[in-house]
Amino acid sequence: MVRTSPRADLPEPPYRSPVRLSVNGRPHELDLDNRTTLLDALREHLGLIGAKKGCDHGQCGSCTVLLDGRRVKSCLAFAVAADGADLVSVEGLAEDGHLHPLQSCFVQHDAFQCGYCTSGQLCSALGMLDELRQGWPSVVTPDLAAGPDGLTEPEIRERMSGNICRCAAYPHIVSAIREAAAAEGVR
Amino acid sequence: MRSFRYERSTDPGRAVALVAGEPDAAYLGGGTNLVDLMKLGVARPGLLVDVTRLPLDSVETLPDGGLRIGATVRNSDLAAHPTVRRDFPVLARALLAGASGQLRNMATVGGNLLQRTRCYYFQDVSRPCNKREPGAGCSALEGQNRDLAILGWSPQCVATHPSDMAVALVALDAVVEVLEPAGARDIPLAEFHRLPGERPDQETTLAPGGLVTAVRIPALPFGRRSTYRKARDRASFAFAAGSVAAAIDLDGGLVRDVRLGWGAVAHRPWRPRLAEAALRGQPATEETFRLAAEEELAAARPLTQNAFKIPLIRNLTVRTLVELVEDSAGPGGEAGPTGGTAGVDR
Ligand SMILES: Cc1cc2nc3c(=O)[nH]c(=O)nc-3n(C[C@H](O)[C@H](O)[C@H](O)COP(=O)(O)OP(=O)(O)OC[C@H]3O[C@@H](n4cnc5c(N)ncnc54)[C@H](O)[C@@H]3O)c2cc1C
Ligand code: FES
Ligand code: FES
Repeated sequence: MVRTSPRADLPEPPYRSPVRLSVNGRPHELDLDNRTTLLDALREHLGLIGAKKGCDHGQCGSCTVLLDGRRVKSCLAFAVAADGADLVSVEGLAEDGHLHPLQSCFVQHDAFQCGYCTSGQLCSALGMLDELRQGWPSVVTPDLAAGPDGLTEPEIRERMSGNICRCAAYPHIVSAIREAAAAEGVR
Repeated sequence: MRSFRYERSTDPGRAVALVAGEPDAAYLGGGTNLVDLMKLGVARPGLLVDVTRLPLDSVETLPDGGLRIGATVRNSDLAAHPTVRRDFPVLARALLAGASGQLRNMATVGGNLLQRTRCYYFQDVSRPCNKREPGAGCSALEGQNRDLAILGWSPQCVATHPSDMAVALVALDAVVEVLEPAGARDIPLAEFHRLPGERPDQETTLAPGGLVTAVRIPALPFGRRSTYRKARDRASFAFAAGSVAAAIDLDGGLVRDVRLGWGAVAHRPWRPRLAEAALRGQPATEETFRLAAEEELAAARPLTQNAFKIPLIRNLTVRTLVELVEDSAGPGGEAGPTGGTAGVDR
């Protein structure tokens, strides 16, 4: 159990709350100002700076993490509301010093330039592939009832539209995701 | 951001008592709109009551074939629900056309209905806005109003309701189930959002402290023949410039019945009842579709920058209805009970 000491600038209760979070498999007990977003909890309180603050308004996707297995924008969630949740950030993707297969595909396909959006792209793509595995349609899926008919480029582009890349590495991001999905049997 | 207290409850009655007990308390759903507005200083609640752990997260099929959707069901779960996809594709498509995958995973049905306008001036506390501060004036009337209303606005406010989901729901005659301090009641969705009139700060007919507990959709046999079309400035992840929800029931080449909803045109999801009335019993042709849309749009008053919305909505309405008619006539399309052979003028 990792505890962080209360910071001097914290407001009094009831304006702050104890928050339990499991982050990349490690349990944490935090004492946070209620105003702290999940993104700030990661970056400012747990020292995990992989998730990026691009816009802080839900518009860019660079703060994307997996919350209880689903991709969310951590800048628009208060940490206190996520009390008890299981969170995976980009730091949790590699295992035993080996990149996650999706990360390797991003490297092979040159799917980034400055890299600022990359951690969000990775977490978002993992969440997206899971949604696909569950048969969730997207707005470009022709037959909603039947579900997605393969991981086509339009499907990837639509499903990844919540992640902006200012370097416009989109074509390579799409091909990296396609290869990672194919390797997993998601097509 | 103002400091706030945080409470969560698993009991709807207790949540209502908490919020009704304080003038500056607010419910917190997925937070995708409220947290943003708190950062911008537009919303300054002193107490947040988290609704996401209330037992309101299920989708129930009603005996008559309708649906009851709990207020905390996430937008993504609702869009992926097999019954919604099969019986009410217009709703699934509207949801999927909104926001992004991450945001839909967070957003709740109740929060989606109660999300606030995206008018720039409402979101910018340095500019006058009657909705934020009654009596301050409307900056949009002569300002950046390209995205704003063409129907039902008042000189006090020209804002639009931004939800895609609500446009499908208004077309489907949905009913909002609410729990207010005085008790539970039903509000038809078409009467849930108000027009701005003299009080643009009063956006809904929900009593102060009222909690949305569910949304009910009555059975609609021709709901399977429904869809949603959204025009926007980029192909994905943008609010609507205009949108159309439609469901149609054909009787040979005639329109037996039709349901329509228009988005991004007014302070509430717009139910074009004049257009619907003009279509019933008429031939299912492009010409009738256009005339019906024009009949409703005769009341439109564009602002300085958004006259384009009138032809946009007209054309979207025509294209959406033509698509539905063609789908039912085409090979593999499920023909209607009378064999969907409606002719479409080209
Ligand atoms: C970048 C971005 C793009 C977007 N694009 C689109 C789009 O294209 N189309 C679209 O339709 N939407 C779009 N949205 C808006 C999004 O759909 C809404 O923010 C979301 O649906 C709100 O749901 P929530 O649960 O997060 O609400 P919250 O933010 O938690 O709450 C919103 C409001 O509802 C109130 N509330 C919440 N639950 C209840 C309840 N049960 N009873 C009573 N009051 C309640 C809250 O007090 C608050 O006032 C976008 C949002 C962002 C940030
Ligand atoms: S920082 Fe969260 S979406 Fe941009
Ligand atoms: S790689 Fe630079 S923003 Fe995407």
